[in-house]
Amino acid sequence: MTRILILFTIIISFGFNQALAVLPHEQLSDPVLEQRAREVSKNLRCVVCQNQSIDDSNAQLAADMRKLVRARIVAGDSNEQVTQHIVDRYGNFVLMRPPLKQSTFALWFGPLGFVLIGGLVFWQSSKRNRSASKQNPKTKIAQDPQIDEIMKKLRK
Amino acid sequence: MKTKLYAFIPLVILIVIGLFFAIELRKGPSKMPSVMINRPMPEFVLQPILEDQEPFAFSDLSGQVSLVNIFGSWCAACVVEHPVLMRLAHREGVAIYGVAWRDTAIDASNWLQKYGNPYRKIGLDAESLLAIDLGVTGAPETFLVDKSGNIRFKQVGPISNQAWEQTIKPMILLLEAEE
Repeated sequence: MTRILILFTIIISFGFNQALAVLPHEQLSDPVLEQRAREVSKNLRCVVCQNQSIDDSNAQLAADMRKLVRARIVAGDSNEQVTQHIVDRYGNFVLMRPPLKQSTFALWFGPLGFVLIGGLVFWQSSKRNRSASKQNPKTKIAQDPQIDEIMKKLRK
Repeated sequence: MKTKLYAFIPLVILIVIGLFFAIELRKGPSKMPSVMINRPMPEFVLQPILEDQEPFAFSDLSGQVSLVNIFGSWCAACVVEHPVLMRLAHREGVAIYGVAWRDTAIDASNWLQKYGNPYRKIGLDAESLLAIDLGVTGAPETFLVDKSGNIRFKQVGPISNQAWEQTIKPMILLLEAEE
């Protein structure tokens, strides 16, 4: 029961979250255009708040940017044209997903590079361990009489 | 002993990355370089805030070096900056134009009556039309516009005496000399 209640609360709160920022009077009457406006807005960063899109920010500047996005969509711009219009004025920083190009190459592929380096180091060290244990299996443990004693006790 | 030293490499890398983030994340979006520098000022016509004045338009800026200051009666940092603007306008003869951003005509007028008016013209930008066109992220922001209407410098935040003496004033002198 509690679980259902928690799940219900989460679903409800998600619904409210979405409805909060974009006020009813801002929305376009045409659902197709409104949907496009939402898509464009979700990829545009609110420039006065950190890490929120203008679609879910309550900041006034974000509201004005949403208005501009809708005005340009109504005027016949494509989604890309609207996005470019804002990028022209605020730079790539305004995009929630930075574009893949030469200057953002490290950003996109850096993590993959780190995983590769990490994997390589792990592979090398595990190979070394394996070959080390092959050459002198259990030598140290077997040579120590005290550990022998403990091991025997443990096995009993 | 050798392996022990190797063990510290990840820690060192972690510290370096941590420092990088600590410094870079503190800067915030306002320190982002503006893409508007060396681009023409966007065309605009803004309604005046005082009834006895004409609209403030792009054409007002042509043929002179000017500062376009984005302010608002709601903006606390603008109050801090205001005495500097007053001095620049009235003692140093700088052409300063004001954009009352996200403001109302009445609030902006009252604010200027209280603190003084350093502006040659003031335009009302209630819905951020010019602000977004200029890539403004907060107030105050000030754009230095040359004689042919190109943006040459952008000051984010209040103009301090230091920013005026060391950056803006020398730039204005250079731009005044341009044809």
